[in-house]
Amino acid sequence: MSGDQSGGENDRPETGAFFARDRAWHPPAFAPGYKSSVLRSPQKALLSLDGTLSEITGPVFGHSMLGELDNDLIHNFAKPGESAIGERIIVHGRVLDERGRPVQDALVEFWQANAGGRYRHRKESYLAALDPNFGGCGRAITNGDGHYCFRTVKPGAYPWPNGVNDWRPAHIHFSIFGHGFAQRLITQMYFEGDPMIWKCPIVGAIPDRRAIEQLIAALDWGNTVPMDARAYKFDIVLRGRRSTFFENRPEGN
Amino acid sequence: MAQDLGYLKETASQTAGPYVHIGLTPNFCGIGGVYEADLGASMVNDRTLGQRITVTGRVIDGAGMPLKDALVEIWQADAAGLYNSPSERRGAADPNFAGWGRSPTGADDGMFTFETVKPGRVPFHDGRLMAPHISFWIVARGINIGLHTRMYFPDEAAANAADPLLARIEHRHRAETLVAAGRTPNYVFDIHLQGEKETVFLDI
Ligand SMILES: [Fe+2]
Repeated sequence: MSGDQSGGENDRPETGAFFARDRAWHPPAFAPGYKSSVLRSPQKALLSLDGTLSEITGPVFGHSMLGELDNDLIHNFAKPGESAIGERIIVHGRVLDERGRPVQDALVEFWQANAGGRYRHRKESYLAALDPNFGGCGRAITNGDGHYCFRTVKPGAYPWPNGVNDWRPAHIHFSIFGHGFAQRLITQMYFEGDPMIWKCPIVGAIPDRRAIEQLIAALDWGNTVPMDARAYKFDIVLRGRRSTFFENRPEGN
Repeated sequence: MAQDLGYLKETASQTAGPYVHIGLTPNFCGIGGVYEADLGASMVNDRTLGQRITVTGRVIDGAGMPLKDALVEIWQADAAGLYNSPSERRGAADPNFAGWGRSPTGADDGMFTFETVKPGRVPFHDGRLMAPHISFWIVARGINIGLHTRMYFPDEAAANAADPLLARIEHRHRAETLVAAGRTPNYVFDIHLQGEKETVFLDI
């Protein structure tokens, strides 16, 4: 934990359980338009339970674990003096919780295809070319304000075997680890103005249009670096947690 | 009308997709040199307190096939039953044990593996002790929102019988889906996404 952050409400460890997840806002497990979900979706009811210590706690990731290029996908796999090919972009935003409070020290990990839409993976079969200078992964830890940022190239769209002619809109995969194990979240970020978002069966599994719009990063002209890189802003919201107004602890803690 | 509570909506989940290993275990999938080691790959060192155990298992789909593109994370208390977390207010956990692990499911056999220690008991909301358990979270292609579950120990029959979470499972035979097979120190915890043996997943 970065102990040098300014003291304040956000620094005090919280012990309340997380708000119940609004399952109607998330894509359902079984979404037949996304064929892979058919055999991989639980079919029985989930067991619902207010979070215990096992869910409200979580590990702390220190800023010291980060390497200098961890949040620079243009260079973190490139040969010295070289860089990845593609449209240079900066992606940044804040990790907040449902109460609007910044989530400090959240671990944000991201991965993506290269500018041609090709992943660096043994099972990847798309014919677009690999970029020898692009690995496709990066990570950051949020500061006291909940802010993270990274530099990358804009990923390309790519076809995938689902329907006869399904393509993924350009996207970046995000994994976010907040303060509790129950806050764990994986999602995908899309790009403002991409018409393919609305054709995608994975996006389409999300029932509420507003939930989809929340996954679309806005072109952030203010933070665009002249003659260098355009910026996109992507805020992420994790589950909020109850305030412990009245602690009721029979065990006498 | 009343005042607006001003709450935000949680960002919607999306599948981790087929290449989650690129992002979360890049060394495992051949992307070397970006990170020194994959996060969560090693949970114990030689000063960690407690009994060493190994937990292996597979994530199995509705056709009985193990997933080879899944990612599993675990979170657990230390040997004394304390979480290494700022939200843990009962005492200081073992500084040599973070309690968090991450494992890809293997490209050949679909196995995940964790070398860890057996967790101590942790209190439920009402102060009763829960049976020793490890929290699991599973993501993969085809899983639209990460799945939470727990693993309990087969050699803790008395504690399991009194566990408040296991007691909430209405269909009693399904409680068995949360109890690992094997015995000290090698436990096997297969997670079934569907079918007769579908694991109890948690909304927690
Ligand atoms: Fe993707």
